[in-house]
Amino acid sequence: MLEIKDLHASINGKEILKGINLVVKPGEVHAIMGPNGSGKSTLSSVLVGNPAFEVTKGSISFYGKDLMQLSPEDRSHEGIFLSFQYPVEIPGVSMVNFMRAAVNEQRKYRNQLSLSASEFLKLMREKRAVVEMDNKLANRSVNEGFSGGEKKRNEIFQMAMLEPRLSILDETDSGLDIDALRIVAQGVNTLKSAETSTIVITHYQRLLDYIKPDIVHVLYNGRIVKTAGPELALQLEERGYDWIKEEVAE
Amino acid sequence: MNPEQQYIDLFVRYEAMICQHSAGVLNAQRAKAFASFEQSGFPDKKQEQYKYTDIAKLFEPDYGLNLNRLDIPVNPHEVFKCDVPNMSTALYFVVNDTFYKEQLPKSFLPEGVLLGSLKEMAESHPDLVKNYYGQLADSSKDAVTAVNTMFAQDGFFIYVPDWVVVEKPLQLINILRSTVDFMVNRRVLIVLGKGAQLRLLVCDHTMDDVNFLATQVCEVYAGEGSVLDLYEMEETNMSSTRISNMYVRQEADSNVLINGVTLTNGSTRNRTEVVLAGKGAEISLNGMAIADKDQHVDNSTFIDHAASDCTSTELFKYVLDDESTGAFAGKVLVRPGAQKTSSQQTNRNLCATRKARMFTQPQLEIYADDVKCSHGATVGQLDETSLFYMRSRGIPEREARLLLMFAFVNEVIDNIRIDALRERLHLLVEKRFRGELNRCKGCENCK
Repeated sequence: MLEIKDLHASINGKEILKGINLVVKPGEVHAIMGPNGSGKSTLSSVLVGNPAFEVTKGSISFYGKDLMQLSPEDRSHEGIFLSFQYPVEIPGVSMVNFMRAAVNEQRKYRNQLSLSASEFLKLMREKRAVVEMDNKLANRSVNEGFSGGEKKRNEIFQMAMLEPRLSILDETDSGLDIDALRIVAQGVNTLKSAETSTIVITHYQRLLDYIKPDIVHVLYNGRIVKTAGPELALQLEERGYDWIKEEVAE
Repeated sequence: MNPEQQYIDLFVRYEAMICQHSAGVLNAQRAKAFASFEQSGFPDKKQEQYKYTDIAKLFEPDYGLNLNRLDIPVNPHEVFKCDVPNMSTALYFVVNDTFYKEQLPKSFLPEGVLLGSLKEMAESHPDLVKNYYGQLADSSKDAVTAVNTMFAQDGFFIYVPDWVVVEKPLQLINILRSTVDFMVNRRVLIVLGKGAQLRLLVCDHTMDDVNFLATQVCEVYAGEGSVLDLYEMEETNMSSTRISNMYVRQEADSNVLINGVTLTNGSTRNRTEVVLAGKGAEISLNGMAIADKDQHVDNSTFIDHAASDCTSTELFKYVLDDESTGAFAGKVLVRPGAQKTSSQQTNRNLCATRKARMFTQPQLEIYADDVKCSHGATVGQLDETSLFYMRSRGIPEREARLLLMFAFVNEVIDNIRIDALRERLHLLVEKRFRGELNRCKGCENCK
């Protein structure tokens, strides 16, 4: 499980996270909401070890391991997965080669044998079905020329391939039409189990209609200022964030 | 002694011996080449065309030559296995500059195709060879061509008559072999008649650890409607210098693809000049270099759009590591009247360290108004966002870098029109990036 204590982080000397405390237990779905610029994406970047961000204080432990000591690749091997808000296009690297490298590196880390070509293709086929992804997309370069919806589906496909213990969905709903949203959400729900946890970062209630959170947090100005049950998301949808800002100001 | 003088002295002293062991057609060009070399010497770096490679310096060391044509005791079939197997059984060898005549592949060549030693062909078919030899390679315009013309005694010749299609790709292996520092002047002549078709892969290897200087002048005639694929792959060692001048003349509707890959080398300078002489001719000129340590790779191209409706596409990509240097200078000339020209030039480069240097210089001269010409050049590093994305999926940084570098050069490999070669190159490039590809030295390594 994930335990974040008094986490401070900055980029280019500017402090964005100012003391985050968060505990996520196996099987739980947490939603992190908040207005623009509150630090939501920074939190997800810091969790996966993006070198652009500097952690200045605090700790993150994941199943007892100190995350700060782990490289981004080892965090992935430990079972942390981020569905990027803006998935990166990598021309010339095919999805197949990309995923094969990712899956086999994970297996190596876990002292498992590499998958044979046919085992791997079988796995690809199986997981593609989770997000109704076309075979053609799998043969193309990573995200190159994919539509916004296809990119997000591809993120969930990668998540299905890597079977993480903790999935962080960063604004996965942004830019998705209703059908794509449904497919993506269904994919996430299919992959969920009592052992895995999910952090859903979102602006809107919309995605939470499909992926039901157990706990909702509001992030504002680098801190979690409110934590409640799913009803909080509905409240935010109705009233916006101003009342939160006012509460904080008081 | 300046670098020119030793070649002048050498020629004056051994001219008779050089001629004695060569053919009349080749000998006929020597005096003129000598006169222009004596006058102009080696180019300095102030000359635009040689801005990025110090030619005089490359010629400066004292190399041995085999002007007396002593037999080099080697059976390439026994000692050599190329990195591109399964291509075909049509494998030929040139040891230094001598065509290897033993154990030739069983004849499958279509009737009329002439293939073999340039010297022997010049003796047996003097009129044919005379028509082409030295006609494109003007030794008054280039010192390297002059030196090569002065000293070249042999090399490789292939002639494909009108309408003849050589179905099987041919593979020619150039092997450098010597026990002392050594200079080789090789000459190649490729002639395709009207509608003829040929695919040729030429691989450069070195078998010994001594210093080599190999000059090569290659003249290519692509007749009307002919199709030629010419792949050149260099897998030599750190102590090898390759200076190659290639001259191509294309008649109407001919289609030529040239792809030069520098996998391992010491110093390499490739000059390619293409004249699109007939309407509708098409050239695809590609190159790729992977360099590290203090390797040097310089590709200089000149495409002369002399007729209308011709197409030229250039794609050159370099990956430079350590303190290696790369250069690409590409000139495109569109002559008056060469309307409907389509020309595209692309040069993209990755510098993996701060000490690696890339020089790139596109040059366009356009004297026609209804043309489409573009060029683009970039020098950069690997994309950090892509790297992080891959790492976040569990791919270690080193591996992610390799995948990105591999992806970067793939575009050039994908232009290869022989499947077996393309697949093999994918593998070789990967091995090269992983440092598993041994530099050529005694070809046991390549087995």
